[in-house]
Amino acid sequence: MKIYHPFARSLVTVRSWPFFIDLGVAFCGLALFFCVLNTARYWMTTATPVIPISHSISALPMYAVYSVVRIGIAYLLSLVFAIAYGYTAVYNPRIEGWMVAVLDILQSIPVLSFLPPIVLAMVSLIPGRQLGIELAVIFLIFTGQVWNLAFSFYSSLKSIPKEMTEASRIYRYSPWQRFWQLEMPYAAIGLVWNSIVSVAGGWFALMLCEMFTMGDRNFQLPGLGSYMQSAAESGDITALFSGIGVVVLIVVATDQLVWRPLIVWSDKFKFEQVESADRATSPILELLRRSRLSLLPGQLWARIEEPVYRRLAHTRACQVVEPIDDDSSKRKGAVLFWALVVAIVIAGAWAVMQALVMLRTVSWADLRGLLAGALATFLRVNAALLISAVWTIPAGVAIGFNQRLARIVQPVAQVLASVPASAFYPVLLLGLMKIGGGLGIGSVALMLLGTQWYILFNVIAGAMSIPSDLKEVTRLYGFTRYQRWTRLILPGIFPYLITGMVTASGGAWNASVMAEYAHVKTGIIQTVGLGAEISSATDAGKFPIILLATILISLMVVTMNRLIWRRLYRLAETRYKLEG
Amino acid sequence: MTSATTPALPQAPAGEAIIRAEKIEKYYSQPSENRIQVISATDLEIVPGEILALLGPSGSGKSTMLRMLTGLSRPSAGQVYWHEKPIAEAQINVSIVFQSFALFPWLTVLENVEAPLQARGVSPDGRRERSLRMLDTVGLAGFEAAYPKELSGGMRQRVGFARALVVEPEVLFMDEPFSALDVLTAENLRSELLELWANKTMPTKAVFIVTHNIEEAVLLADRIIVLGRNPGHIRTDFRVQIPQPRDRKAEAFTQLVDYIYKVLTRPDVVPTEIPTHPDGKKVRDQRQMRYQMLPHARPGGVAGLLELVLDKGGRDDIYRLADDLAFEIDDLLPIVDAAQLLGFLKVEEGDAAITESGAEFANSEILHQKELFREAATANVLLLRQIVRALEAKSDHSVPEDFFLDMLDEQFSDEESLRQLETAITWGRYAELFDFDAARRRFFLPKEEEEEAEAAGGVE
Repeated sequence: MKIYHPFARSLVTVRSWPFFIDLGVAFCGLALFFCVLNTARYWMTTATPVIPISHSISALPMYAVYSVVRIGIAYLLSLVFAIAYGYTAVYNPRIEGWMVAVLDILQSIPVLSFLPPIVLAMVSLIPGRQLGIELAVIFLIFTGQVWNLAFSFYSSLKSIPKEMTEASRIYRYSPWQRFWQLEMPYAAIGLVWNSIVSVAGGWFALMLCEMFTMGDRNFQLPGLGSYMQSAAESGDITALFSGIGVVVLIVVATDQLVWRPLIVWSDKFKFEQVESADRATSPILELLRRSRLSLLPGQLWARIEEPVYRRLAHTRACQVVEPIDDDSSKRKGAVLFWALVVAIVIAGAWAVMQALVMLRTVSWADLRGLLAGALATFLRVNAALLISAVWTIPAGVAIGFNQRLARIVQPVAQVLASVPASAFYPVLLLGLMKIGGGLGIGSVALMLLGTQWYILFNVIAGAMSIPSDLKEVTRLYGFTRYQRWTRLILPGIFPYLITGMVTASGGAWNASVMAEYAHVKTGIIQTVGLGAEISSATDAGKFPIILLATILISLMVVTMNRLIWRRLYRLAETRYKLEG
Repeated sequence: MTSATTPALPQAPAGEAIIRAEKIEKYYSQPSENRIQVISATDLEIVPGEILALLGPSGSGKSTMLRMLTGLSRPSAGQVYWHEKPIAEAQINVSIVFQSFALFPWLTVLENVEAPLQARGVSPDGRRERSLRMLDTVGLAGFEAAYPKELSGGMRQRVGFARALVVEPEVLFMDEPFSALDVLTAENLRSELLELWANKTMPTKAVFIVTHNIEEAVLLADRIIVLGRNPGHIRTDFRVQIPQPRDRKAEAFTQLVDYIYKVLTRPDVVPTEIPTHPDGKKVRDQRQMRYQMLPHARPGGVAGLLELVLDKGGRDDIYRLADDLAFEIDDLLPIVDAAQLLGFLKVEEGDAAITESGAEFANSEILHQKELFREAATANVLLLRQIVRALEAKSDHSVPEDFFLDMLDEQFSDEESLRQLETAITWGRYAELFDFDAARRRFFLPKEEEEEAEAAGGVE
């Protein structure tokens, strides 16, 4: 019997200019190849920690390539790590709780605190090659991107509907098939959205990590971050602004060329029973779909997959239905598990001992400084949050209630939020110094720069979600303005506001490291704060101070999350949820 | 209606059961010696050539039973055999049709049907051919490239059937396959299923269907097993002797439905055998504990039912009541149970008769109804009494939810404890016994009550 080919969607779409498009795709591939080649050649050169940075505009494209490659690699590493971490946590219930707690703590640690251990480790692991320093920077960017991805993947796996898992068991899927046909698709949407946040975080970290001092060693790598930092230090305004221009350009281009198509594509993974009416569109994705080359990956993939499936069909997983509530598999790995526990406990104890030895060198004066700094930064973070909330709530509600305005402003605000605030720091710093303001107040402004956008577009989304019949009710019964706000608007946007505030508060803590301490033309300016303590301790190579400051920061962030944000979150989920 | 024919006993199984369950149980052990028994020791056999319906009210563990029989869930005790081999080691060949369809929304119809074959290592051409043939059989030819979300519920369940049948299962399991569909679609699919079965179009040797719809069971099944609850156990197991196609209006059909209602509403005799630990120590399960299971019914529903019964002259067949209301047993039984628990209704041999207090309740206006409900509830429901007592004892007249959850946890699963408390809250609020602050998760006494309690405290 001859089997006809069922009309696959990709074959049905009308093709226009296939030749042009194929050429375009091929061209992009070639450009990518060049980037990889060039970067690889540079990485293999002997290690030069300080590479002079040229301020000429013509150097910018190459710097941009280096930075983008760094972020790209760091992102891929994050993705792989996040998936592995989430998968391990879900399938090992005994260590699940611990793994999530570890993630919680790691997420609260600012990127800069990872700097000394990572740089020292990488440079000594791969001595004599530029690769070592490069990898150190990539890992630093990684620490700024990975945690929310891991959380997203983990919680997606946890929320897979039970009947879907049962279907995959009763039809005897291998772990491989389950991963590609159930788990990855189910997690895809969360991963895409979190990737956007992650890459924005990567840009933020990049500004910090390409150029730094650690004790008596200076590091300066070619890239956009060091370009802008050195431009700021030497007061070269033109170079600074062209740097910012390039960053914004790249961010917007990423949004259009990568994220938008990805969002539209991931729409098919939405776990919904009926098709939603309004769907996002992406011209780029349409073009790609029409290109003949776009069929290639699918065909290649099928070629790889088939033998895998044939081989897997003879494994135990594909022959026997495995119970979902099985506890025998837990017993099987018991020896290995306990070995692992013992190893971790020993390593942990050793680390704590080392840390204690290190912390004993911290003097009382240092400790007092740190505590004062912690208080100052705490106040500053909350001041930044408060100020953001005070202006974004009215503004966001005004925008959100005006549907036409919202449709224009929301995407812009989203792009703005992913432009790294740290790129604008040098400009703001120069401005601050000109008007003679100190960093004490100035750092709040710097934090604001990074945090307010999250709150703004969440408030806009919240205001848009308030049903119009509720708005009509307030009008019908002649609510006063005060009543309108306390009875409808504030409760209506509450869940969104909390989501925005949580993200913003995490961002503000991370920003404090940059905002409270800066190298400028005239030297170093700083203010009292935990972030400043970390920055200056990194500069001076005082590791005990970094350690203690990091413990303090992470303690404060985790406590705040537990005591305040999580409760507000629950309140938002139960009481202020608009169900409709 | 006492002359219902007693259905025949199940025929002696032909010996070659496909799946045989031997004393399977499911329970959750508590940190203390107590355990929560979901299903008490049960024997069950699935033999070739029959459609077997498992019927029971919610909470009788129907779905758990299905999952144990398919190897998806491991029994806490006992063993399931597949052709006399322990199921965990056997290469079993079964499919499940799910209530929620459980299709993969990111795969096309064809890919969904192909996926189980892919797991078995069938070549791409073979997969495609078998899947297309199966889609043709269930009437979905032409829909290969559609995504499930583009289809209606009935079409989606057809995809579910195609996916289940494409692997040529020996036993086809169905977990309430029609209950997410509208009445007409469900009826249509049911008759098509029977057609496939009668024409031997499907290679399946036995069908096992879990349902809470009595008519559905009588319509489809060759054999019906009725489960009781708390813990789940078999109440009756009989063959349906009515020849196919069956007519809902036929005398034999309605008599059988009536009989099942009688079984379901008859006071339950739970096996008295008390389970023991492996070391011989006796275990306590929830049957020996003090809280009665609150049926999850709303006071408004109870009032509505009582009014209906009163309209019918104070006494009616439960089966006819369900028919009048177009209710399935899961909708009606909790309300009947609640009315019975409160002393408003008496159930005998499948008939519901209103009591004196029930009639008074049904005839009263809302404020008096609340008063009567309050009296009946405090007299009959231990949990409500305890909540009120705890609130009166506290000086601030407020108690956190967790306090009661901890008490209930000893006796019910976590999920059931929450539902018990939820029902208690609905009843308590209606009766104005207490109120509940959902944001702070605390019970408290309403204002006047509080003053009264304070006054009472002052006197003492």
